[in-house]
Amino acid sequence: MKYMLLFMSPMVDGEVVDKGCSFEDWIRYDREMKDAGVWVSGHPLQDLTTCTTVQVSAGGERTITDGPFAETRELLGGYDVIDVPDLDAALEWAARSPGAAGPGSVQVRPIAEIDVQV
Amino acid sequence: MPDERAAVGSSVEAVFREERGRLLASLVRRFGDLDLAEEVASEAIEAALTHWPTDGVPSRPGAWLLTTARRRAVDRLRRDRVLATRLAVLRAEAERADHAPPADADRDLPDDRLALFFTCAHPALAAPDRAALTVRFLAGLTTAEVARAFLVPPATMAQRLVRAKRKIRDARIPFRVPGDDELPGRLPTVLQAVYSIFTEGYAASSGPDLQRIDLAEEAIRLGRILRRLLPAEREAAGLLGLMLLVHARRDARTGPDGAMILLDDQDRGRWDRQMIEEGRGLVVVALTGRAPGPYAVQAAIAALHDEAPDVASTDWPQVVALYDVLLGLVPSPVVALNRAAAVAMRDGPEAGLALLDELADDPRLRGHHPYPAARADLLRRLGRYDEAAAAYRSALTLVGTEPERAYLLSQLKAVTSG
Repeated sequence: MKYMLLFMSPMVDGEVVDKGCSFEDWIRYDREMKDAGVWVSGHPLQDLTTCTTVQVSAGGERTITDGPFAETRELLGGYDVIDVPDLDAALEWAARSPGAAGPGSVQVRPIAEIDVQV
Repeated sequence: MPDERAAVGSSVEAVFREERGRLLASLVRRFGDLDLAEEVASEAIEAALTHWPTDGVPSRPGAWLLTTARRRAVDRLRRDRVLATRLAVLRAEAERADHAPPADADRDLPDDRLALFFTCAHPALAAPDRAALTVRFLAGLTTAEVARAFLVPPATMAQRLVRAKRKIRDARIPFRVPGDDELPGRLPTVLQAVYSIFTEGYAASSGPDLQRIDLAEEAIRLGRILRRLLPAEREAAGLLGLMLLVHARRDARTGPDGAMILLDDQDRGRWDRQMIEEGRGLVVVALTGRAPGPYAVQAAIAALHDEAPDVASTDWPQVVALYDVLLGLVPSPVVALNRAAAVAMRDGPEAGLALLDELADDPRLRGHHPYPAARADLLRRLGRYDEAAAAYRSALTLVGTEPERAYLLSQLKAVTSG
């Protein structure tokens, strides 16, 4: 079963709260997942200054704005998709990630497997 | 002849009460799906209701039910290929996770209920849903009975159960007993689910009755199952002990008209001595060994009350000492509130009141009626009747059950009429 782990950072006044984990911590975590054979895909994301939001109105009008929605309290900093037997295993990997420590948190979302007959 | 029929009927009922949880657990283990298990378990029970009154109850009723239910499930999977495929995938995945089947030597079937307890009370589910699922699947209450137990409309409860089952299925909450390394982290939610069923029975959060004995007894039955399936877990002994030591006072807690009687005024001759003895034995088990857990400590406090011939001769210094330990384990303002009440008994109402006032700003006590009620009681004992009346009034705006309301009203009357 595939789960997406979403690494969330709290934001205060538009700034990401420092999570206190290093780049090396993430490298180590990445290697652990790959060694265990559970890693499917994943990426870190660039910071919010590079974010652009697109909305299309009912009339088809396109609005492009700089940044995320103003009221954003949490930033998605990156994600990994893992393939493990059950939720307990997914929660275990989430807990082991550097993103779960300190002020950060990890959302664990099962991937919806939808059969599309082409 | 009708009598004999009725006798078979009621023994059939008794068998179902005992076997339903077992049957469901075995079916979930075999097929990996709660809905399918529920469906075929009901069909098997229906078949039993048709056959047993005429053919007699089989010598191994559990095995009969399981065989019948399995056959129905296999039929169902032959018809429903989508479900069959999904469950086949599930089984293949489950084999990747390592889990050994639990065995129960003295029964004709292995007991898979422990795994079902851990599924129903999984921390990924909302706490109220854990209690509802546990009482639904392991105590065998119908959805309507669960709704009544937690005082919500049946449609709301049905929706909540459907949603919780969907999460179990779609997020794939596993059906297995956690390994030794995970168990300490996972057992508390299981115990908490059972205890919240008990407390809802012991002190209903609202409604016409102060206590609902049947629900408390269901919780005790579940506590006994856990105690038997987890003989090495002292907190399972502590929880069962706590429930027994509190439930032992059930007959003395309410008057003939349903009015609430506080611990101080209860006729202790009406306490259930046999239940107290059993509870005390469990307290000894729960307290022996490493540092005790919160249920063991609460059970020990309950035992001190149960052992005392009256309020005055209760070992209050020991009660306070145990609350100190409990506060270290569970730093909750509700524990601090109970500790303050015990201090008031040991050192006088003034000392208790000072501790209560320290808790005044705790947001977690906002809306918690025992807090103003406890303050009111101490203020009354100090002769500060105006302040007591104000505190009784604020407790009255928060209280849930009718008997508690009636009690607070009578206390309010007493402090305002003098």
